[in-house]
Amino acid sequence: MTHALDVSRRTFLKSSAVAAGGFTLGFSVPFGEAAAQGVLPPEVNAWVVVKPDDTVIVRIARSEMGQGTLTGLAQLVAEELEADWSKVTWEYPTPGQNVARNRVWKNFSTGGSRGIRESHQYVREGGAAARMMLVQAAANEWGVPAADCKAARSTITHTASGRSTTYGKVAAAAAKLEPPKEVKLKDAKDWAIAGKPLKRLDTVDKLSGKQVYGADLKLPGMLNAAIKDCPVFGGKVASFDAAKIEKMPGVRKVVKVGESALAVVADTWWQAKTALDALPIVWDEGPHAKVSSETIAAMLKEGLDAEQAYIGNKAGDAKAAIASAAKKVEATYSYPYQNHACMEPMNATALWTAEKCEVWCPTQNGEAAFAATVEASGHPAPKCEVYKLHLGGGFGRRGMTDYVRQAVAIAKQMPGTPVKLLWSREEDMLHGRYHPITMAKMTGALDAQGNLVGLHMRISGQSILASVNPQALQQGRDPVTFQGLNPSGPEASFGYTIPNLLIDHAMRNPHVPAGFWRGVNLNHNAIYVECFMDELAQAAGVDPLEFRRRLMKSHPKHLAVLEAAAKGIGWGTPAPSGIHRGLCQTMGFGSYVAAGAEVSVDAKGAIKIHRIVAATNPGHVVNPDQVAAQVEGSFVYGLSAMLYQECTVKNGRIVEENFDTYPPLRMDEMPKVESILMPSGDFWGGGGEPTIAVAAPAVLNAIFAATGKRVRSLPLKNADLRRA
Amino acid sequence: MAKLTVNGKTIDVDAAPDTPLLWAIREQIGLTGTKYGCGVGQCGSCTVHIDGEAVRSCSITVGSLKADQKIVTIEGLSPTHSHPIQKAWLELEVPQCGYCQSGMIMAAAALLAKKPKPTDADIDEAMTNICRCGTYNRVRAGIKLAANA
Repeated sequence: MTHALDVSRRTFLKSSAVAAGGFTLGFSVPFGEAAAQGVLPPEVNAWVVVKPDDTVIVRIARSEMGQGTLTGLAQLVAEELEADWSKVTWEYPTPGQNVARNRVWKNFSTGGSRGIRESHQYVREGGAAARMMLVQAAANEWGVPAADCKAARSTITHTASGRSTTYGKVAAAAAKLEPPKEVKLKDAKDWAIAGKPLKRLDTVDKLSGKQVYGADLKLPGMLNAAIKDCPVFGGKVASFDAAKIEKMPGVRKVVKVGESALAVVADTWWQAKTALDALPIVWDEGPHAKVSSETIAAMLKEGLDAEQAYIGNKAGDAKAAIASAAKKVEATYSYPYQNHACMEPMNATALWTAEKCEVWCPTQNGEAAFAATVEASGHPAPKCEVYKLHLGGGFGRRGMTDYVRQAVAIAKQMPGTPVKLLWSREEDMLHGRYHPITMAKMTGALDAQGNLVGLHMRISGQSILASVNPQALQQGRDPVTFQGLNPSGPEASFGYTIPNLLIDHAMRNPHVPAGFWRGVNLNHNAIYVECFMDELAQAAGVDPLEFRRRLMKSHPKHLAVLEAAAKGIGWGTPAPSGIHRGLCQTMGFGSYVAAGAEVSVDAKGAIKIHRIVAATNPGHVVNPDQVAAQVEGSFVYGLSAMLYQECTVKNGRIVEENFDTYPPLRMDEMPKVESILMPSGDFWGGGGEPTIAVAAPAVLNAIFAATGKRVRSLPLKNADLRRA
Repeated sequence: MAKLTVNGKTIDVDAAPDTPLLWAIREQIGLTGTKYGCGVGQCGSCTVHIDGEAVRSCSITVGSLKADQKIVTIEGLSPTHSHPIQKAWLELEVPQCGYCQSGMIMAAAALLAKKPKPTDADIDEAMTNICRCGTYNRVRAGIKLAANA
C-alpha cells in the first residue's frame, strides 16, 4: 500500500482506488521498509526520495492550505539538496507513519505561522544530508574521495576526471549509506532556489477542477452524511423521530453522534441534508439557552474594572502615574466573536471496521487528527491512519478535530462502509471555534510636555486556551492573550517603552467556544494599542508618527517597518483631495509588520479604502511572491473582519448562519496593496498571520483623520460615520 | 430522471427534480471541480456557464433545466486547460487554497466572453465571488492579463 496513500498528488484517483481497495495490505508498512523491498523509489532519508528518472520527491509534514508553505519548504530542502527544481515534486507523509517512525518528520501542526519558521533548520539539514549521501554514493562508485565531487542541479560531477552521474542513478546506493553526523547549511546569501519567487508546486490542478479537497473525496462504496449539532452550545439531543425520514430517497441510517448531534447517512449528500432538514428534533438546550450578546457584554464590562487580573506586562507603577498625570486619556474598545468561514465547510471521511480505522481529511494538524481518530475509533494507534487532503482554507479552524471525531463516530455505526461527513455552511457558522470576544479599557497618562508616562491596558474577555487547551494555562493565566504585548523578546513583543506600564487580563469566559482565528489575539490587541496611540497623540497634540517614534527608540525593528510603511503611504506629504491617512505597527508570529492606509469617507458615511502600504520584516523570505500573496490576502481577511464580521448570540446560539449575514469583503471594495518586504536576515518569522493585525488599525486611524470619529467597537458596519 | 447537457455530453441524471444543479454535477455526474460554499447563491464557488451565462449552480434546480441548455463546468472550460483565464491565473499565481477558484475562473471567463476588454468597473460588477484567502487583486490582474493576451 505504501505511499499510494498520498491522495494529494496528481495520481490521486489511481492512488485512492489503490488505498481503498488495498486495506487488507495493512498500512503499517513504513516507507523505508517498503523501499528496501524495492516497492518504492529509494528514500535517501525521511525528507528526500529520488526516483530513477531523477524526480525528487520532497516530503512535506506541514499542511498546505493556500499559504504556500508546501512550496517554501520544498524550496528549502531543494536548496540544500542542490536539486534540479524543475524535477521537484512533493508528498505528505502520514501521521501514522510519523508515529511508527518515532516522529521522524517532527511536528505536523500548521498554525501560528510556524510552518517554515519552526522547521526550516531540520528540513534544510535533511536536504543537505541527502545531498552528502548522494555525492558519497557517486564517489564510492568511482572510487574517488567525496570531497573531490560536486553536486549541482541533481547532477554529481567528479571535478578532476569530468565524470558525472545523476541523483536518480545513485539514489538506491545512497539510501544504504549511514547518514552524515554533521551537516553545514548554506548562507542565505548563496541561495539559488530558496529566497526566489518560484512558482508554486500546487497551482495547476487548482485551475482545472482537478484538485481534490476533502469535500471532493470519492471512495468505492462510500456513503454521505449531513449533521446537526445542538445549535445551543452545551445542549444535547432530547428526542428525534427517525421514522419520519427513513423512507426518504437515499436515506440509509439516522445516527446519534455523541450526546449533542444527529446525522443522516444517505447515498448522496444532498439526500442526507434534505432528510436531515426534515427530521423532527427536540433539543435539550442546556444551561446557556438564555445567553445573548447583551449578557456577554455585561459580563465583559464587569471585568474592565475588576480587582483581580492576570498580568502580561508591567513596568514602574502605571496606576500611580495615571493618578498624578497632567492629562489622563481613557477609552474603551471592543471586538466581537468571528467565524473563520473557510470556503470549504468542515468535512472528514472515515472507514471503521472491527480491525482498523482510517480517516481522510483536510487538517492543519495531521497528528491531532490522528489522535482524535485513535480516541474516537476505540482502536490502538497502529490500527489507525489519517490521510491528509488539500484544505479549502484553514485559518486556524482546521487545527481542531471536532469534525474528525464526528466522522469516526458516524462511521463506527456503519462498519465497513466509508462515510463522508460534510457540514452545511449553516452548520459551519453555528459550530465554529470563534475569534474570542474581548473588550479593553485603555488609560493613558501624559505629562505636561505631552509624553506618555503611563499606560494601563485592561483586557477583559475570553481566553482561547481556557476553551481549547485548559491544561496549557499557566496557573490560570493565558499567555496567548498578550500577543503583541509581551516584554521585549523574539515573540509578539510590545514595541513601545513606557516607564509605567500595566497590561492585564480579567478572564471572562462565556459559553461560546473560542479558537485560534488567523492572527489570533494579535488582531484585537493591535487595534486597541494602535488606535489608542493615535488618541494619545491627538491628546498630546503631536503627529501620530512622531508620537510613536519617541516611544520606540529601544525597538528599532518595530520602528523600521513603521517608518517604511509611513514613507510608502506618503506620511507627512500632502494627500490627494478627500484622502486621509492612518498608520500602525505591531509584532507577532515572529515578524515585524506595519501598515499605512489611504481612506475617504463621503458625506453619507460610506467609506472607501483606496490604498494600503504594508511593510514586513519576517527575518528571512523563502518565496517573496508567496509572502506578498499572504500580505495581500491578510488585508482581505483583516478588513472583512473590521468592516462587517461579527457573530452575535441570541438564546445561547450564534445568529449569523451564512454569508448573507456574515459577508466578507468583495472585489469592488478591495484596495490596492503594496507590499514592502524588508527581511533583516537575523531571525525567522512567520508570514501567514501577522499582517492581519495591522489592517484594521491603519484604516480606523485614517477614518478618524477623515471624520474626527473614533470607531472603538467593531465591526465598522455598526458605526455611523456621517458628518455631524 | 433529468436530461442535462454538460460539457458537450447529454447525460441522464438520476436526481429528484428539486435537486440543485450543483449537487447533480458533483454527485450524479461526478464532476467535483464545481464547489459547494454556501448553498444560497452568495459565494459563487459553484459558478458554471449555462448557455454562456455565469450561473450559481446551487440556486438552480435540475428540474428547471432543459436538455438543450448547454452547461459548462470548470472541467469543460478548455480541454487542455489553456483558456486565457487559466493561463493568466497560472502566470500570476492567483490561487491560494484554490477552493473558490473554479467559480472565479468561470465567472471571469463569462465576463471576458461578453466584454473582451473589461474596465475595472466591469470587473467589480461581474466578479462578486467570495475568496477568503484574499486573492482579489490577483484575480483582477489575471483578468486584465487574459484580456490583453
